[in-house]
Amino acid sequence: MESIIEQFINGLRSGSIYALIALGYTMVYGIAKMINFAHGDIIMVGAYVLYVSITDLKMPVIPAVLFTIIVCAILGIVIEKVAYKPLRKAPPLAVLITAIGVSYLLQSVALLIFTANPITFKSIINLDTIKIGGITIPGITIVTLVVTSVCMIALTLFINKTKAGSAMRAVSEDKAAAQLMGINVNRTISLTFAIGSALAAVAGIMFICQFQSIKPTLGALPGIKAFVAAVLGGIGSVPGAMLGGILLGVIESLSKAYLSTELSDAIVFGVLVIVLLVKPSGLLGKNRIEKV
Amino acid sequence: MAMLKIEDLNVYYGVIQALKGISFEVNEGEVIALIGANGAGKTTILHTITGLIGAKSGHVLFEGKDLTKTPAHKIVTMGMAHVPEGRRIFSELTVYENLKMGAYTRKDKGEIESTLNKIYNRFPRLRERKNQIAGTLSGGEQQMLAMGRALMSQPRIILMDEPSMGLSPLFVSEIFDIIREISESGTTVLLVEQNAKKALSIATRAYVLETGKIVLEGKASELLNDDSVKKAYLGE
Repeated sequence: MESIIEQFINGLRSGSIYALIALGYTMVYGIAKMINFAHGDIIMVGAYVLYVSITDLKMPVIPAVLFTIIVCAILGIVIEKVAYKPLRKAPPLAVLITAIGVSYLLQSVALLIFTANPITFKSIINLDTIKIGGITIPGITIVTLVVTSVCMIALTLFINKTKAGSAMRAVSEDKAAAQLMGINVNRTISLTFAIGSALAAVAGIMFICQFQSIKPTLGALPGIKAFVAAVLGGIGSVPGAMLGGILLGVIESLSKAYLSTELSDAIVFGVLVIVLLVKPSGLLGKNRIEKV
Repeated sequence: MAMLKIEDLNVYYGVIQALKGISFEVNEGEVIALIGANGAGKTTILHTITGLIGAKSGHVLFEGKDLTKTPAHKIVTMGMAHVPEGRRIFSELTVYENLKMGAYTRKDKGEIESTLNKIYNRFPRLRERKNQIAGTLSGGEQQMLAMGRALMSQPRIILMDEPSMGLSPLFVSEIFDIIREISESGTTVLLVEQNAKKALSIATRAYVLETGKIVLEGKASELLNDDSVKKAYLGE
């Protein structure tokens, strides 16, 4: 019994990281109607930036974390302005291919600077393992759960309670009507990319504190799984991304522990296939009905 | 001086010319109707005025300022609101949130509430449904919301695109009553309508459009009695 609970909590940990990344996919999709396949690589950039700022720039932990988040947010804005904005009116396929191109570009630049050799990273989180009853929870797990929960609550409040958040929802629904309200659509899109990339940076930091190794392709697998999570929850839906991420993490963790380590990814993707067969818009996705 | 002056506007969709040298004026306090068949260019005119599409040549002058190159999101701050065709309310936001979006650019926070109150008084149904998701409103209520949302910016001129489209006859009359009230409260109105009879009945002057050109203009009361207008647009 204890072991099931421990595996479940493990799943919550990785799931909450997937959820943070999935939020970036889903928010960008909601606003720009595109899948930003370079999103996963922001995680990798975040990991290297944190590493460099702590090891080479000798920054203390908190400033280093903030610096990493800011660098990634700016990178997200720059990528949108340089690569995606000129393609606003282009066919979706052109945008998709560009996003894949940006993904490879980021990986190649990292490869040039840091080579393909993994860098060992000593976790910045030093919290002791906690025992409750017979259940052991590693410190990193607790920190991850707290940090990701705070991020998700803050984001939900931002989107639903602030003026900028309402503007974001308005732009994602109808750009022309939003402009007529006086909303600067370009600025709103930039803000969305900044927030999505900042969340990816946080996810990246949590990720490397867990796995303590950094390489240029680090973001690929969590990126694609988070994309799956976003689709599972219903792409475009913010609560959907959170639910999808956490579900995916828990399913993955439990199937690794009790079914098969090798097949765990297949099981995760299998769940996606089944959900999409039953509900093509995803768990919390909206079936948009066009009203005339 | 005219409040809104359109000068020799030429607009293209790709190679197709949608507006062919359109010129007209709207004076302060007037209700101007643009009437014409589907595809005559009525909506295109409004979209060009508020910057949603660009003109190849020509000018849009509002209170003496040239708006031709002004981006769409800056128009509302100049005192011009546009109620687009098909209402285009934010269907996933609540009624209240939609109205607040209308005041997005206003800096006078304290007075937004009082404008909101006025709008709730003018549209009591919106007050009753303020926390309802806007997409669940009926067509007529959505039109009221679209108008209320535009009025939240306290515009000096309001552009309305087919406000009666798709509404039941009862709602159509109500919407036209509201347009008259908006005009009487001091807001200039530029109205695009396919329901020419209703539009001419509340307008001061009107312009008749055919395939991107103005073919007729005059006092609304005169156009109502014009034989060619009667035949083509009033179904008489």
